[in-house]
Amino acid sequence: MAQIKESVTKNETTKQLTLIQAINDGMRLLLEEDERTIILGEDIGKNGGVFRATEGLQETFGDDRVVDTPLSEAGIIGTSIGLAVNGFRPIAEIQFLGFIYPAYEQIMTHVSRIRMRSMSRFTVPMVIRAPYGAGIRAPEIHSDSTETLFTHMPGIKVVCPSNPYDAKGLLIAAMEDPDPVLVLEPMKNYRSKRDEVPVEKYTVEIGKGKIVREGTDVTLIAWGAMISIAEKASELAAQKGISCEIIDLRTLYPIDRDIIANSVKKTTRAVIIHEAQNTGGLGNDIVSIINDTAFLYLRAPIERVTGFDVPVPFFALEEHYLPTPARVVEGIEKVVHF
Amino acid sequence: MEDNYPIKRIIDDQGSLVDTGFENQIDEQLVQDLYYHMLRIRTFDRKAINLQRQGRLGTYAPFEGQEAAQVGSALALKAGDWVFPTYRDHGATITFGKSMARTFLYWNGRVEGCVAPQDRNIFPPAVPIATQLPHAAGAAWAEKRRGTQNAAIAYFGDGATSEGDFHEGLNFASVFKVPVVFFNQNNGYAISVPIEKQMNSETIAQKSVAYGIPGVRIDGNDCFAVYFETKKAFDNARAGNGPTLIEAITWRKGAHTTADDPSKYRPEKQGEDFVDPLTRLELFMKNYGYWNDEWIQEIKDKTSSEVEAAVEEMEKFPPPNLEDVFHHVYAEMPAQLVEQKESYLAHLGRR
Repeated sequence: MAQIKESVTKNETTKQLTLIQAINDGMRLLLEEDERTIILGEDIGKNGGVFRATEGLQETFGDDRVVDTPLSEAGIIGTSIGLAVNGFRPIAEIQFLGFIYPAYEQIMTHVSRIRMRSMSRFTVPMVIRAPYGAGIRAPEIHSDSTETLFTHMPGIKVVCPSNPYDAKGLLIAAMEDPDPVLVLEPMKNYRSKRDEVPVEKYTVEIGKGKIVREGTDVTLIAWGAMISIAEKASELAAQKGISCEIIDLRTLYPIDRDIIANSVKKTTRAVIIHEAQNTGGLGNDIVSIINDTAFLYLRAPIERVTGFDVPVPFFALEEHYLPTPARVVEGIEKVVHF
Repeated sequence: MEDNYPIKRIIDDQGSLVDTGFENQIDEQLVQDLYYHMLRIRTFDRKAINLQRQGRLGTYAPFEGQEAAQVGSALALKAGDWVFPTYRDHGATITFGKSMARTFLYWNGRVEGCVAPQDRNIFPPAVPIATQLPHAAGAAWAEKRRGTQNAAIAYFGDGATSEGDFHEGLNFASVFKVPVVFFNQNNGYAISVPIEKQMNSETIAQKSVAYGIPGVRIDGNDCFAVYFETKKAFDNARAGNGPTLIEAITWRKGAHTTADDPSKYRPEKQGEDFVDPLTRLELFMKNYGYWNDEWIQEIKDKTSSEVEAAVEEMEKFPPPNLEDVFHHVYAEMPAQLVEQKESYLAHLGRR
């Protein structure tokens, strides 16, 4: 990333990177290490991607490994399937999650099912990357967070990093996974902060959440862009004497049930925060996980602070759609004072 | 447009050579291979319909009438090639090396029926329409990247040309100039909708112009035309010249599936003048001295015993393993799935 300053620490084992730079760094390593890695997407070559995720990669690795494809989501996923079953390791970039729907059939019917339909004779180890979420004043349709369309799809895994470290580690883990993985990248967090990110290759285990703040009164469960909302809410709650524990779920399928169960058993209360629509949202699965694992520990019904059952509004109104720290605090107070 | 894409034909309905350009490439081996495989898959197809009627097989999609298209094209393949069939192309996949018993199993609701032999790259049949075209482009792309001589073939029907994935597959293949043959069997109907309601183009082959690739229209019931034109398209693909769109005009003699009644949507006399592709080859063999009663009897016996053996193998196949409900979804079963499986097994254990 030529224009963005990277500060290298003294021992040069870590770099200060934004989330988008960490993704770029991860892909660079994957291209360097494995000849089978091939990146496909729209505007990812010379242009480096609309968010610059692939900046500089075509220049280094050539246009047959970092491939500007036709504007064709089903084509990108469909040909990635053929490449993957025939020995390559594609990373397919879908420009925005809101544009993935033309490829939905390819993902639902083929990406997720080829292993099952061929009894593992054919597999499609591949990564699909898609920026998701509202809050950056993007044009309409660009702001969807329809993760449950994919968590409801057996055969693929879904991960969603909230920070630069996890972004690189989950991307590499996704590429090493023998099964297809959808990596949802919170656009709002692409450049919101920098982390110390190891220069080397490392992985963040798929299927494992992380406690990002320890607390005693209530568990906040979130992922992606909602982690910073949960953090702000927990600071506001702390002023009211309420101690919040925050779980960054990181993997949306398969969900880390143990981390949820253990935390809720300890705090006895839970608030789930997601920006996707309420009905059919992942919050409902988390409610049922708590029901199955920690029901008798609960001191209050579980609260969900989510988007509404509406399409994501045009950006002039998106702040009224997205969960805010204030709404989360109301949810926290509701469960604490039940 | 029809004039730009004349129907290529090597033998006519009476089995007479009308294009002598290929005469010296037709030898006894080729004639016998074509006849044997066409007879073999016809025997299979008719048996499958009978088994379905007897309740020994599930709903079945027959291909009678399309044997020349399927065998002619499959015989043009080489061992390392990739095949992306639909659910009506098991004539082609059997010819390429898929086991008949496995194919019967597929139609009996068994996932084992999707599994091709290790030495044959045959994808599970595409059940949605046209989704396999981008797959073929991708697999061919991988071969090109590795610099091999292997290529891919995507089979699809006339209805598939209306789908978006038809366009996306052809477009990718032509942009990246990958070694793939798009083999269309225009059999006149997409279930009940005739080709003239499917498209306003005079031919399917002409759609190749939009992609800047060769398009060819052939008599899909002339096994020689199919074989030689497919081979030419493969030679072209292997030479690095990219994809070809072939429109093989054929006829689905029977129903869409055994659950379908074509008399509801087809005019009564339609298809009456259709000359069966096997009959056509028989006439050719008689006209040109390839007919040998003894050999014919021999392969008739051989194909029927092969099919009978496949039926027996299908019926004696071990019963489905209920754990396969859960296996092969992920390389390693997620904890929630393990729990669901164990809970169900425990439930069965309690009954």
